[in-house]
Amino acid sequence: MIEAEGLVKVYRSRKSEVRALDGVDLDVREGTVLGLLGPNGAGKTTTVRVLTTLLHADAGRATSAGLDVVRDAQAVRRLIGLSGQYAAIDENLTGRENLWMFGRLYQLSSQDAKDRASELLTRFDLEEAADRVAKTYSGGMRRRLDLAAALIGQPQLLFLDEPTTGLDPRSRLGMWDVIRTQVREGATLLLTTQYLEEADELADEIAVVDHGKIIARGTADELKTQVGGERIEVVVHDQSHLERAAQLIAPDGLATIDQHSRRLTIAAEGGAQQLVEVVLRLGEEQIRIDDVGLRRPTLDDVFLALTGHAAETTPGADDVPSATTSEGKGG
Amino acid sequence: MSGLRIAVADGIVISWRNLKRVPRIPELAIFAILQSIMFVLLFAFVFGGAIPLPGGGSYTEFLMPGIFVQTLAFASVTTAIAVADDMTKGLIDRFRSLPMARSAVLSGRTFADIVYNVGLLIVLMLTGLVVGWRVHSSFAEFMYGFLLLLFFTYAMAWIGVYLGLAVQTVEVAQQLGFLVIFPITFLSNAFVPIETLPAPLQPIAEWNPVSALTGATRELFGNPNPYASDSFPGEHPIFMSVVWTIALLAVFMPLAIRKYRAIDR
Repeated sequence: MIEAEGLVKVYRSRKSEVRALDGVDLDVREGTVLGLLGPNGAGKTTTVRVLTTLLHADAGRATSAGLDVVRDAQAVRRLIGLSGQYAAIDENLTGRENLWMFGRLYQLSSQDAKDRASELLTRFDLEEAADRVAKTYSGGMRRRLDLAAALIGQPQLLFLDEPTTGLDPRSRLGMWDVIRTQVREGATLLLTTQYLEEADELADEIAVVDHGKIIARGTADELKTQVGGERIEVVVHDQSHLERAAQLIAPDGLATIDQHSRRLTIAAEGGAQQLVEVVLRLGEEQIRIDDVGLRRPTLDDVFLALTGHAAETTPGADDVPSATTSEGKGG
Repeated sequence: MSGLRIAVADGIVISWRNLKRVPRIPELAIFAILQSIMFVLLFAFVFGGAIPLPGGGSYTEFLMPGIFVQTLAFASVTTAIAVADDMTKGLIDRFRSLPMARSAVLSGRTFADIVYNVGLLIVLMLTGLVVGWRVHSSFAEFMYGFLLLLFFTYAMAWIGVYLGLAVQTVEVAQQLGFLVIFPITFLSNAFVPIETLPAPLQPIAEWNPVSALTGATRELFGNPNPYASDSFPGEHPIFMSVVWTIALLAVFMPLAIRKYRAIDR
């Protein structure tokens, strides 16, 4: 459904040159979900904008829904749905009016657009708010309306650019449910996110993006194995106990020690049971601890493992909504 | 459906969407009208007495065509703000991702502006009638003047679209109103006869498109229109306003379309 080869996009200004895309290759098979995972400015949004015909790449070629995104742009638009990072809805129209308008612009007849709008408003739990102007909607409701707008033309291929960024935890779970339903119904989906947890939850396969390149691909489990799975973190009360604590809980010596924060990190193949043992062990030896916990690998851990550097945000990118002439658009 | 029918149908949907804004944010229209009424009252009753018209005539009747043109010139700022707002909110991107006619976003926008400004103009004319402005010409001449104003509005809408796409932020678009439109409307015959201006400024005011439109409107509505003798634009305001409007359209329409197309670069 999606194929991309060697996509390059460079933003030049007098002062600098930002390679937002530096040779991105992708393929997404029909009926699968690909999660593009990366920090702000990595090139996620730029990739989505190229694949959805909004932006011309400087080099490389791409097809969406089997059609060339440059040559057959208008045909591609008929087959895709896009929900961007910023809920792109008309705040002065009601939810129902928004969906009717986007339906009409998808070339549905007025009646079909009306019917489809009602159906989506019900499905996304927006029935009650349907005839209120969108200005009065909460963040979660706006995102749901935006996603409904992306689905109005019953697209074969759906792009979701950071669908939950900025949402509170409850709205995020609601959004996940809505997306999962789409996936169950067989939608082909490309989703970008900054959260490993989200990619894990929704995607069949994850591609990690950094500085305009795909640096790793695999299922969530494969990536986590590369990172080393869960880990246990202990913060000791007394800095002088660090070495001793490390010997006690990581006899093989594989512990990361941060002197400054008095933090000790070890791999935790044994999960919660191992955590109990660690706590008991330290207790027996009378080593006082300030904090202890089991931590799942985060995007930072993935980046550290894959690149040797932490996930860093490229300044000036991604946070620019629909940036067109501004430099450093990436993500 | 043929390409043209899609273009028209989509343009109408976009116009509808832009016009919905008016009842949904009534403050916008109300402030635009209040601002113009404030100018009417200020000039007609505060400064008016101190501004003698060469050749005589009612200052209020002299003033109203100036107010019409000034209001329509300011409407381009409203357009620029709305376009910049659509850019920052991602709506333009959304439209561009849809299988709609590419022309519709701009054609729908500028058509909606004409409809909105017809409404604005009618309210202002009624206000004018209340403060003593009258039309002394034939109905045909009045309609000619009205259409010239609408044609000018259309050109101003394209300027607004271009500025909105170029500046991309609502705040900058707002500032433009004061920095560009204010001096242009004041350096004209809209509020004072040109011969009362300092000599070096007179040629600028003579050739100002706002002066041409104001002069043409006065002529066609049968309102006093004093102009400096032997000035070509002063003597041919109708011709000059048509030329100016075509020239503005010829420059800003392609600029706006090119800017819109270049969004994908």
